[in-house]
Amino acid sequence: MGRTLAEKVWEQHVVRRADGEPDLLFIDLHLIHEVTSPQAFDGLRMAGRPVRRPDLTIATEDHNVPTVRGPIADPVSRTQVETLRKNAAEFGIRLHPMGDAGQGVVHIIGPQFGLTQPGMTIVCGDSHTSTHGAFGGIAFGIGTSEVEHVLATQTLPAYRPKTMAIEVKGALPFGVTAKDLILAIIAEIGTGGGQGYIVEYRGEAIRNLSMEGRMTVCNMSIEAGARAGLIAPDETTFNYLKGRPHAPEGEAWDAAVDYWKTLRTDDDAVFDKVVEIDAATLTPFVTWGTNPGQGAPLSSVVPAPEQFGDPIERSAAERALEYMGLTAGTRLTDVEVDTVFVGSCTNGRLEDLRAAAEILQGRQVRTRTLIVPGSMMVKLQAEAEGLHEVFKAAGAEWREAGCSMCLGMNPDTLAPGERSASTSNRNFEGRQGKGGRTHLVSPQVAAATAVTGKLTAPADLV
Amino acid sequence: MDAFTTHTGTAVPLRRSNVDTDQIIPAVWLKQVSRTGFEKGLFAAWREDPSFVLNDPAYTGASILVSGPDFGTGSSREHAVWALQQYGFRVVVAARFGDIFRNNSTKMGLLPVILSPEAVETLQKAVEADPATEITVDLGAREVRATGETWSFEIDDYTRWRLMEGLDDIGLTLRHADAIAEYESERQPWLPKTA
Repeated sequence: MGRTLAEKVWEQHVVRRADGEPDLLFIDLHLIHEVTSPQAFDGLRMAGRPVRRPDLTIATEDHNVPTVRGPIADPVSRTQVETLRKNAAEFGIRLHPMGDAGQGVVHIIGPQFGLTQPGMTIVCGDSHTSTHGAFGGIAFGIGTSEVEHVLATQTLPAYRPKTMAIEVKGALPFGVTAKDLILAIIAEIGTGGGQGYIVEYRGEAIRNLSMEGRMTVCNMSIEAGARAGLIAPDETTFNYLKGRPHAPEGEAWDAAVDYWKTLRTDDDAVFDKVVEIDAATLTPFVTWGTNPGQGAPLSSVVPAPEQFGDPIERSAAERALEYMGLTAGTRLTDVEVDTVFVGSCTNGRLEDLRAAAEILQGRQVRTRTLIVPGSMMVKLQAEAEGLHEVFKAAGAEWREAGCSMCLGMNPDTLAPGERSASTSNRNFEGRQGKGGRTHLVSPQVAAATAVTGKLTAPADLV
Repeated sequence: MDAFTTHTGTAVPLRRSNVDTDQIIPAVWLKQVSRTGFEKGLFAAWREDPSFVLNDPAYTGASILVSGPDFGTGSSREHAVWALQQYGFRVVVAARFGDIFRNNSTKMGLLPVILSPEAVETLQKAVEADPATEITVDLGAREVRATGETWSFEIDDYTRWRLMEGLDDIGLTLRHADAIAEYESERQPWLPKTA
């Protein structure tokens, strides 16, 4: 019987297999940031262990960094970043600190450098590591104990998750983005629907996505509970990688591409579960609640808790509406927003900024609007194209690279009761600041919302 | 980590689903570089509400958390596990867990126990009716016992053994350093290096 892509990549990385034990899996790339690593380095020091493969490890500063120029004002944040600098120096790990041209959100810089390649195993102490699966590898988030384990051994003991295919049939209608697609998928299968699975996204709509769009989809796999999400590599993948600083060159490139072309699910392979999505039915999608599965088409209304048959879902919806300050039956396009955030590892890439700029061109924003490039390189590219001038002319704030308002660890936060349309990945209670209310949206909807001050689809802009 | 064999204690019923790790320990608490002091941040936002169940003195000293489904979803922060442990929890019972949280728990010796939604409901009701209800979690027998009833739970043999012995994964893996070195010598030459 044939094998799925996930099974092929997994098998390729098994260092040791023994009855009754998890597989010992080799890790090709370990990404590090300041938040989940300090206690892991402490553990190494206490045990007198070195980092086994600093040459397969890379660090950046992202969660705590302010997105306006200048030093970190919060002494606790500053200490955390300084701790990473000390640890990177002590253990010989390449670090891209604030101000460095290579600095950025950890999941933006890996692909940008060409370090993320098909068929690899990639981990990071960050749940959105699933982003890297867009290149056809297995990439997943780990906790600090596992960060220490990978630093010490370059391996992880793990049981192979089950496999799920999410088959997106047909083409996405005009105006429907990768973000709308993944929000609709999460609403369909639920925040726990992917638990225990590696998801392979397949079908015409997935193949037609750019690498940026594929990264957006894979990024949010974790919001459906999946261990990882991946997409088979193809010409789109190879074209994205060619010429990047860490991509193979010459004969090595040819050999790599020959191998990468084998990284697809065999026709006779069987997935443990298959979910089908009809792309043609999709429209711009937003969340109304406090988990990423609580979403609906932007053209619809805030649902009534009574609509949910399951009592647990019903009480979750009641609680969410109370937290969000929403009334059932309200048209989502009538929901007024204070702040718009475009950025994060979900939607902080150049393509996302171009999409927002296209809508903001010649228009004015009515909300506080933060445009935050995912990396310094994205920032420089955007500026080379003049996108920053479009944003500034529209009245939006053009910021430095970082995680920014995706999570409340740096100065970019919501005030209690403040409502945002955000291109990030989590609408959890308090995620963007205590008492803040978040609607997850695409960059296009975010930009249109900034213009009107209400949740808005670009097609509805005058 | 401390070994886990059998634990008997009282429990807190947490009647919420999708308890994400941002709720368990809000991001502002993640700025610390030490491994201690996280109990103060446990459910920090929810604890500001006097009616939140952890603020009910009837549940003081409880060491088992019985939660709604999808406990520990979201962020990979192991700080969520540290906060629960440092607050005094040894076990979390739920019908479903976020994968990363469950993994992190077993690395630290916090036992995640998966029971059916019906069993969770029964336990929550029992604890609400009498907060002094004692629950026994027996990892060796893979059983939860309370109010005269017994429920079995599943956990793989390897993780169970590691928890019961209190073994640290890194030491176990380093016994296979030769296998790792052999694998490394056969990796494709084009694979990227950061340095």
